[in-house]
Formats: sequence, C-alpha cells, structure tokens
Amino acid sequence: MIQFNKVNKWFDKYHALVDIDETITKGEVVVVCGPSGSGKSTLIRTINRLEPIHSGSIHIGGQDIYTDTASVNALRQGIGFVFQQFNLFPHLSALQNCTLAPVRLLGLSKAEAHEQAMALLERVGLAHKAHAHANELSGGQQQRVAIARALAMKPPLMLFDEPTSALDPEMVGEVLQVIKALARDGMTLVVVTHEMGFAREVADRVLFMDHGYVLERATPQAFFNTPQHPRAQQFLSDIRSPFVSS
Amino acid sequence: MTYLEMVDKFGLYFLLGLYPKGPLGGLALTLALASAGLLLALPLGLLLGLGRISPWRALRWPVTALVFVVRGTPLLMVIFWAYFFLPSLTGVRTDRFNTMLIALVVFDAAYLAEIVRAGIQALPKGQVEAARSLGLSYLQAMRLVVLPQALRHMLPSLVNQFVSTIKETSLGYIIGLAEVSFIATQINTLVFVLPTQIYLTLGLTYFILCFGLSRLAFWLERRLSVRAFTAPLEATA
Amino acid sequence: MTAFDFSILLSGRYHDMLLGGLLLSLQLLLITLALALPLALLIALMRLSENRPLQAIAWTYVEAIRNVPLLAHMLFWYFGAPELLPEDTRAWLYEHNFEALAAIVALTLYAAAYMSEDLRSGIRAIPKVQLEAGRALGFGFLATMRLIILPQALRVTVPPLVSQTLNLWKDTSIATVIGTAELMYQAAKVETATFRSFEPFGFATVAYLTVSLLITGLGLWYQSCFPARAV
Repeated sequence: MIQFNKVNKWFDKYHALVDIDETITKGEVVVVCGPSGSGKSTLIRTINRLEPIHSGSIHIGGQDIYTDTASVNALRQGIGFVFQQFNLFPHLSALQNCTLAPVRLLGLSKAEAHEQAMALLERVGLAHKAHAHANELSGGQQQRVAIARALAMKPPLMLFDEPTSALDPEMVGEVLQVIKALARDGMTLVVVTHEMGFAREVADRVLFMDHGYVLERATPQAFFNTPQHPRAQQFLSDIRSPFVSS
Repeated sequence: MTYLEMVDKFGLYFLLGLYPKGPLGGLALTLALASAGLLLALPLGLLLGLGRISPWRALRWPVTALVFVVRGTPLLMVIFWAYFFLPSLTGVRTDRFNTMLIALVVFDAAYLAEIVRAGIQALPKGQVEAARSLGLSYLQAMRLVVLPQALRHMLPSLVNQFVSTIKETSLGYIIGLAEVSFIATQINTLVFVLPTQIYLTLGLTYFILCFGLSRLAFWLERRLSVRAFTAPLEATA
Repeated sequence: MTAFDFSILLSGRYHDMLLGGLLLSLQLLLITLALALPLALLIALMRLSENRPLQAIAWTYVEAIRNVPLLAHMLFWYFGAPELLPEDTRAWLYEHNFEALAAIVALTLYAAAYMSEDLRSGIRAIPKVQLEAGRALGFGFLATMRLIILPQALRVTVPPLVSQTLNLWKDTSIATVIGTAELMYQAAKVETATFRSFEPFGFATVAYLTVSLLITGLGLWYQSCFPARAV
C-alpha cells in the first residue's frame, strides 16, 4: 500500500533519511523504532507530506503522492495522523473536533457527522466527554479523542507519531488499547513508538532505524529475540537495562 | 473668571463641541473618531497580517514593505499625505473628519497587522499541522482553527491599540479638526487667563479614559491566561 | 497635475529650510535620548526598589504620562506651564526659542515613561538569584544594580529600547504643533510657499524612513556585537 523508492531527505546539511526503500502492504501493522534522532518521526511525516522529500518517490495505493494526487489536501483526507502532542483544537469540544473535517471536507450533514463522531467517541471510551474541551481532559483522554478525530475521516491508513511519549505512564495503557483494537480490525497502521510490549503484541513487522537508515526489518519475534544488526542489539540492550523501565 | 465658572460656561463645549447646534466636537468626537478608526482598521489589519505571513512571496513582500513604510512614518506625515492628496485622488474635497479617519485607518491597520502576525505565530505549530493533516486547506485551517484561537489571545493587545488610537486622534488638532485638544485650545484663546488649568483638565480627561481602558486590557489578559492554565481534571479511564 | 519640480529640494531657500528642519529634528532626538535614558533608569529603579513611597511616585509618573497623548503634553508645557513662572522669566523664555525647549521637556518626560517600563522588564528578566548573589557578597542594592544586574539587563533591553527610539524619532514631528521649526513644520511651510505638496512631503517622508532604518540598523549591529547571553 505504501511504497518508498530510494527516498532521501536533508535538513540543511544533515542527511535525515538515507535511501529508504520500503514497502508496507495493506492491513499490515508496522512499528518503527530506534534511538532519538534516528529519523523515525521524519519518515512517518513524509508519508502525508508534513515533511517534503528531496529525492526518490513515495507511492500510496499505486499513486505517487507528489505527482499523481489531485492535491495535498486530497491526499491527507485519506490518511489519519495522530501526533505526540495530541494537538486537539482547544476552542472546540471533543465532539466538534471530530465533526469539523467530515462536515467541511466530506460533505456530511451536521447530523450524520454528529452520529458518526459519537460512535467513534464511544469506541475510544469517551462518549461521556463529548462536550468537554481539551483543557478539561487528561493527556490520555486527549489522545484518544485525537484518534477518534483522525478515524472520523474513515482513512484506509493511520499514522501514529510516538502517540504515548507525552503521556504519564498510567495513561499509556488506555491509548495503546485503542490502537490495538484498530490493528485487530485490520487497519493499515504505521506506528513510531518506544513501547516494545505493544510492538511485540500487535506488530506484523518492526523497522529499526538509526541515523536516517533503516538498518533492520523483521517480525517482532525475530527482532526482539535475535536482532541482527549491532546497533539494533545495542539499542535493545539499552532499553532492557535494569535502569530503564520497560 | 474662576475655574468653576469656566467649567460652567464651556463644559458642554468641551464634551460635545458645537452639537447640537453644529457639528459634533470635543470628547464625543474624539471617542467617535477612535471607535470608527479602530473598527475600520481591524478588517484591513487582519488582511495585512495574513499577508505578512502568507506562504506566497508575491503577496508577502509587498505587504511587508507597505507595513514597514507606514510604521516607519510619523502619523502626522500620514495625515498630511491624506490631507493634501486625497482631494486630488478622489476629486472631492474630503472633510477633516474623513481625512483624519482614513489616515487613522491606514496607520492603525499597519500596527494591527503586526499584532495579528504575532498572535498567529504564537500559536503552537502543532495546531496547523493537525488541521492540515485532516486535509483542511491552508485557508480553511486559518479560518477554522488558527484565527479563532489567535484572535481570542489578541484581545488585550487590541484594547491597548484602542488606547493608542484615542491618543492618536489628538493629532487632528493640526488639520483643525474639532477634537478635544483643539477645543481645549479654543477655550484657552477665549478665556486666556487659565491656561494651566485648562491643559491640566485636558490631560486629566485623557488620563481617565485611557487609564480606564488599559486596566480593562490588564484584566482581560489575566482572565485569558487563567483559563489557559486550567489543569486537566482527573481522568476516569 | 503640474510636473514635479525636484530642483527646489536640491538647492536654494527651500532646500535650506528643509535641511534646517531635519537638523533640528535630529537634535531633538539626540538631546531627548540623552536626557530620557537616565531619567528612565531612575524611574525603573524607583519602581523596583522596596521603598513604597518611591514606588508610588514612579508608578504615578508612568501612568500619568503614558495615558495622555504627546500633543496634549506639548500644549501643556508650551501654553500651560509658563503661567506658573514669574512674568519676566516667561517673557524671556518666549523670546529665546521656548518652542524647542518645551518640546524637549515634553518629549523627554514622555519617552522616559515608556523606556522605564522596558528597562524595568529587562531588569526583572534577570533572575532574582543574581541580585541575591550580589547582596550575599556584601554589595548594597545600588551597587549590585550597577555592577551585576544592569550590564546584563541592558543587553536584553536593547530591542525594545530601539523600538522606543524609533517612536521618539517619529514623535519629534508633533513639536510642529507648538511651532518648533523641525522637519514637519518646515515641510508644511515649503508647501504653503510653493503650493507644491509632493516634493517637500516626499523629502520629509524619505528623511523619516531613512533615519528609522539607520536606527534599526544600529540596534541590530549592537545586538550582534553584544548579544544577550543566557546563563
């Protein structure tokens, strides 16, 4: 479904993505991990063109996202993106956050969008907070609303950029539950995360990145039990060190 | 003539000018001019502010240049340009009030443009990214997500700008507009023997007006920042 | 529309008038700046001191000045204040270019009020621990200010002070109203004499913009030479 062909990207002189060649098939759940600065967030942000690429091409559903799509807005309507910092719109309620785009872009009537949004909020366990604003919600609740907001556009593909990194530990679980449910429903997901337990449980494949390269790609079992690349081994041992909570 | 006698004789003139037997003047004119000036400058300032941060260079550069030129020129200069050139541009002899109004609108719009720009740029980048990621266009994101938030945060600055506008109306004096400073001088010419008291009264009038409004701005700023920092309620997962 | 005649700008009587006006405007700017900055510093320190009466005086000064337009200040100092002086002093003043003096008084008080607020913010931006460290060494309040706080605060304060200097430069034009023969006044006089508005006002506009650019440039140069260094 997503295809990277020799994708390269620079931030000034820093080579952030180096010759990325990857394919992600429909229905796959891919976890991207690696140390900070490895380029994993940059990689995922190139998919919906939040970051431009400098060479190579990216195809989604067979279409080049730069030349074949009608517009960048049309492209993004088909991709759900969940941010590390949630980025809910604070001047709108949770419900309004979820109905804004369907009404304005998909042409749903207010009633249809309302119904759909309530169903989604129900699905993430927050129907009772439909009229709350961001400053009345905890971090975990905000992130779940953000997921519902992205799902409201019915995208075939969902991208998660470190969805639990900004959360207090006790709220990580509730968000991961929601993402796991999406995976079980057969959605194509690309998740950048440090949560190795989650990766082991849900991912079909793990991509390990460092310094802009994809250094290893394997099933979770293979990756966590027998990592091949020395840097992957280093990374996993750092995470598993008794000084780091896993 | 004592001070109280003067107040009795000229008080209404100070507050209303020659109204109702003539055109509005004095304090009432000052307020009318300032209100009209700021109200009309707001939409123009909003457009200029958006132009200042526009991603299209063809729009951004001329607007930036215009804003810099207007902000680098004294208001008096802008008033003179309006006074001497508007008649030849419009073919009609523009009256003093409208000349002053146009000068104020142009001048204030340039300052409002910077307030708008700062307000929009103060918003976290994540808001625009989230809006664009949903597929909203640049203009839709501006209209539905950025501006509603930015304008709310700008409110104290806007009230301060209103205070500045009230002070700016005093320059109408120089083209003979009968705003409150001009009227004060007229009264001084008639009374002649109480200049200190007259100009102190003038100062006091402005002070009450402007100080009151800047307290309002201060109160608004406090109210807005309290709301933003409301801690999230306990989660019931 | 009659053709533009820029020759009047290049030489002759009107050229001299305009240049004379520009010169006076610049003098007003520099003299006011020299007087206002120390006054602003004094007011800022008064507001920051722990002495309640001093704080109150400084606060009253700032609020009273800032909430009244500069034009009203100018009118007061030129028409209102001399009444409080004895008759012969008044006569002497009016004969000796009182316009410029009144303008300078009004401008100095006005600019100092705004600048004191910027200085106060700049000083407050320096972490309180710096003051405590100075006092702990045994320095008094003023000495700590002079040796430790102000040198740091000055660098932080330069951008808003540049902004105020720009405002001051533009505000010198308001001295026209009391008859000070600065640039705006002369431009208006040339217009009255020649019936040509574009040339003298064009000259004045360019002059104001050029000096504004110079002031901004000087500010940027100072900031690059003396950057504000955080701890």
